[in-house]
Amino acid sequence: MTRNAAISLTRIAVIVGGIVLLEILCRRHVINPLTLIPPSEMVTSLWHMFGSQKIWDDIAQTFSTVALSFVLSVTAGFALGALVHALPRVRRAIDPLLASYYSIPFFVFYPLLIALFGLNTVPLVVIGFVFATAAMVISTLNGLDRVPRVMTKTARILRLNPARAVWSVTLPSAAPYLFTGLKLALAYSFIGVIAGEFILSGGGLGYSIAYAYNDFDNQTMYALMMFVLVIAVVMNGALHVWEQHMSRKRTRA
Amino acid sequence: MTQAWSGLNSRMLDALLLVALALAVWQGLYEYAGEAAITSPLTTLGYASSLVKTSSFWTHAKATLAAFGYALAISIVLGVVLGLVLGFQRFAGDVAEPVLVALYTIPKVTLYPLILLIFGLGVSAKVAFGVIHGVVPVILFTLNAVKNINPVLIRTSRVMRLSTWQTISTMLTPAVMPELITGVRVGFSLTMLGVLIGEMFASQRGLGFLIINGINMHNVRMMMAVILIVVVFAIAANGLLLAFDKRMHRA
Repeated sequence: MTRNAAISLTRIAVIVGGIVLLEILCRRHVINPLTLIPPSEMVTSLWHMFGSQKIWDDIAQTFSTVALSFVLSVTAGFALGALVHALPRVRRAIDPLLASYYSIPFFVFYPLLIALFGLNTVPLVVIGFVFATAAMVISTLNGLDRVPRVMTKTARILRLNPARAVWSVTLPSAAPYLFTGLKLALAYSFIGVIAGEFILSGGGLGYSIAYAYNDFDNQTMYALMMFVLVIAVVMNGALHVWEQHMSRKRTRA
Repeated sequence: MTQAWSGLNSRMLDALLLVALALAVWQGLYEYAGEAAITSPLTTLGYASSLVKTSSFWTHAKATLAAFGYALAISIVLGVVLGLVLGFQRFAGDVAEPVLVALYTIPKVTLYPLILLIFGLGVSAKVAFGVIHGVVPVILFTLNAVKNINPVLIRTSRVMRLSTWQTISTMLTPAVMPELITGVRVGFSLTMLGVLIGEMFASQRGLGFLIINGINMHNVRMMMAVILIVVVFAIAANGLLLAFDKRMHRA
């Protein structure tokens, strides 16, 4: 068995073991059922919820909001990153802003956004956008910084027009960093939207979790919590696998 | 010397321009949305300066700072210890790292009801929530700092027959310190975020509560003033840590 296989197997064993242990502790009532319900009950509860329309409305609302915030932040982040990269003076000026951007607890702005735009999905899109865009800007700058000089020189020698040069030289070299930006933008959009829904909103998965909590409805609450966490892990995991696949193709090429 | 001075001056100018730009955007939003939704920079500053003279503000500020202080201390101690263990135990580190990265990217807000059910309403829930936000980056940065220690350093210390204690104090600590400080800086920001979100969702005290209460009571002035104070504190603290961080990485 190779070392990597051993690591993966151990990881799976630890996670599965943890879930089984949790199941036993809950079933034996070592953990109070009012605090935590057994994982198996979360699954069956979620399965029942899939039978009703309510959860599909929540899913549709949350994911359309996340998708909008993700698309906007990637587009704007890439455009801003490319623009700032072309203007070194501006870049030097906003450098401290980028360095301290994520130290600002952005969620304190969420009530302000509600005051500005009303209690609808706009504040959610905006908070996800604000949270995700800087990651895309930073990744775009990193990517464009790391285009090898020899590549741009070659493009000039081959007399590629600017559009061709960007398409066949700049973008492929910057791709791994841009991909990191996409990954972060997706995770941050998701976190931003769910957190906003959770704090104060009128619908969506985050709202339904908060509602179930206030309603002492542990079955619904834990089913939804599990669902959100599984979706987040699967989404990030899929992007991670895709990234590794691309980088392997790159090294082979 | 003169060059350093002009560099410093132009950086100061840039910072001032950024602040001016932020104030202009703020004023623009105010002109657009009006008094009911947002207060102007000048009004907010005036209200904030009178707010910090009231004792009720400090009751809330102290509640937040206390929760944040405990959460930060736990995040750093727990994070550094776990990071060191996972860094030196290669196998355990490789098993744990992707799990930690996954924990970093999940929306931890959804876990808050669980924290509340375990700890009950109060300061310990806020501390726990701050810790689950802040501890992961500290672990990850420490782990990577240990993993990336140059093996030459360890061999050199063996060649020089340094005692274990001397190896730790003269080789290992300086080697991991810069990355560790970066981890603490990121942990600082995320712990604060966690504590504030915790206060916004279910709490009767603290600055997060004041902000969410501002929107519920249509007290926009209060909300804006507290947001301003929190953001200025966050940026100032991060600025200090960033300066320290840069110095560590240069040395």
